[in-house]
Amino acid sequence: MLILECPYCGVRAEETELHGGGEAHLKRFGPGSTDDEFHDYLFMKENPRGVHLERWRHVNGCGKWFHAARCTQTLEVFGTYSAQTTEPPQEIKDKISAKRPGWTWREFKG
Amino acid sequence: MSKAVSAMNGASFAGLAKVTETGLGGMITLRGDFASAKFQTAVKAATGTQVPATRKIAFGDRGAAAWMSPDELLLLVDYDSADAVVAKLSEDLATEHHMAVNVSDARACFAVSGDAAREVIAKVAPVDLEAGQFEAGDFRRTRFAQVAGAFWLDETGSFHIVCFRSVAVYMYDLLCTAAHPQSKVGIYA
Repeated sequence: MLILECPYCGVRAEETELHGGGEAHLKRFGPGSTDDEFHDYLFMKENPRGVHLERWRHVNGCGKWFHAARCTQTLEVFGTYSAQTTEPPQEIKDKISAKRPGWTWREFKG
Repeated sequence: MSKAVSAMNGASFAGLAKVTETGLGGMITLRGDFASAKFQTAVKAATGTQVPATRKIAFGDRGAAAWMSPDELLLLVDYDSADAVVAKLSEDLATEHHMAVNVSDARACFAVSGDAAREVIAKVAPVDLEAGQFEAGDFRRTRFAQVAGAFWLDETGSFHIVCFRSVAVYMYDLLCTAAHPQSKVGIYA
């Protein structure tokens, strides 16, 4: 059972209260972008074995979107953080680095 | 205007705990900036209480205010005064970014009381209801089996549940099943 702490209401919510929202920190390519950029934005998602940054929504709760950093292999949760950011905060990066030295995820690394 | 009736017309069931539909209640969804002085004054004027802390419900002389999310409150007032309170809120907050809507008729309210009330709720909602973890004045939005709902505990040990009116029958049947006299688990006894 995946348990994430919602950074907005502080509830330690279990999986059935939450809804996954896919990959975090997507850079959107809309009108004016090339076909390749739009294709990559739509289809080329990260699907790592290990450290992953995701969006989640506390759907049966406060209703807010937030980010979670977790390991897809062990289901270990490194931390959750606000949705109002375009990159994981240093505190979260440090927590991941403590457990998974040398981790990388897209352009982010420990 | 036709006579307003609640979804279950006050149905009640006595089992492990007493399940009651508590009838019509005035409910207002209020969104805005909690930190704003105007917002705080408007909430005080509407309910007689302060803006509640995170996941709390606060009671005043004219109603109550419950914490729904970092920018949303649920105001509980008299059913008949809800429209007037919304009008007042809209006036008080006219210069602020906000939303105040009377949602009374979109909701159903239930009460679960009795010794096994904690157990009855715990069977259907993924919330730690151990005494000390969930106490009077705590407010929680969650799910009850398959439907969304919110609940709080009052000073007398009764749980109050709010859900959408469209799922009122489901909620009532669910609570009655969880309170079936032969279904005691005794985990919080």
